[in-house]
Amino acid sequence: MPRREGTPTSLEPKQTEEPSELLRELVAHLRQNRTQLREEWVVRITETRLLTAMTKEEIFAEATSVYDSYVEALETEAFEALQAYARNLSERIIPRGVETHEVVGIVLLLRDVLARSLFAKYQNDFKKLNRILDAYEPAANRIANTVAVGFVQERERVIRQQQEAIRELSTPVLQVRERLLILPIIGVIDPQRARQLTEQLLRGIRTNRAKVVVIDITGVAAMDLTVANNLVQTVEASRLLGATVIVTGLSPEIAQTLVTIGVDLGKMNTVGDLQGGIEQAERLLGYKVEKLAEPR
Amino acid sequence: MEVPILKQGAVLIATFQAALSDADLNQLRMGLVQQVVKFRSRAVIVDVTAMDVMDSFASRTLREIAHMIRLRGAETVIVGIQPEVAFAMVQLGLTLEGVATALDLEEGLAYLNEKFKTTN
Repeated sequence: MPRREGTPTSLEPKQTEEPSELLRELVAHLRQNRTQLREEWVVRITETRLLTAMTKEEIFAEATSVYDSYVEALETEAFEALQAYARNLSERIIPRGVETHEVVGIVLLLRDVLARSLFAKYQNDFKKLNRILDAYEPAANRIANTVAVGFVQERERVIRQQQEAIRELSTPVLQVRERLLILPIIGVIDPQRARQLTEQLLRGIRTNRAKVVVIDITGVAAMDLTVANNLVQTVEASRLLGATVIVTGLSPEIAQTLVTIGVDLGKMNTVGDLQGGIEQAERLLGYKVEKLAEPR
Repeated sequence: MEVPILKQGAVLIATFQAALSDADLNQLRMGLVQQVVKFRSRAVIVDVTAMDVMDSFASRTLREIAHMIRLRGAETVIVGIQPEVAFAMVQLGLTLEGVATALDLEEGLAYLNEKFKTTN
């Protein structure tokens, strides 16, 4: 039984003659009919109501560059370049609110539009059509995959960046008096944030030469054992830098957690609320606050 | 490697260089106590600013130094622990419990001043 001609057995570029000839023929066809096929694709995109966040002109502009990159990827099989392009594209359109399903959707639509044009072109030669599709399909699928993965990677990168920004925003170390720092913690503390808090605080103690730190956790609803341990470690590490830590604002739940893990409360200096904590810190630092007049 | 020990009135100041071997630490322990006896010092400041890592042996040695010196009626203050070192230490459970600590030499001397004032 003669081997089926031109059958690629894997997605990797092969140096056998037939497939690459077919590919060249395919690419030439796609380039020749570029205007018409691109127009058809844009129509389909609008019909399926994708990319609604973008204007017609923007869709057309992006469609042009996607089309060209698509055909080039088919021709050169340089998928890294395509992935870089996909990430770049994602960087532009993610802030516009474009979703993953839209990006995957339009790439699949392009695949379909191009496939249909191949059906039309080779409708009189079924065997040839099959061979062309054998060359086209794996490459087209790989392209869809590459673009989708590139898009998702970019989204994940943005999310990580935003998480980092949020974390930094929400852990300011504030000096309210000479040698006195306040660290007001609000929200959810995960182990990573807890670690970042500790590092930031220790650096702050050294920079500001703080002798007392008030850590206020009124805004923290709950902590797990890991984070509670982290808090204890923060207190101990601060002491090694010569600073006393006062923890204020413990909720009943957190107080329970600390007792459960057996925190030596003798080691931890706690006061009910932030006001009380600052007053005690002032006493420790030798300040006396006196009211001289009524507020105006 | 010798650890330089300076005398500042009633206070001895020992400045760690980076990377002290176990042998150096042992030598220091004996040396410091001998100096405290010789000069009848009231306090020792151990400056570890140059240490970028503190392992359990070094940590234990520092505590032993402090205990031995206390037996001579003198106070020990460890100064200059770097933020990264402090963080690593507490994660390993090395807290230098029972030993006084201060941010740096200046703070260490200020702490001792206060202490001597109140005990006099």
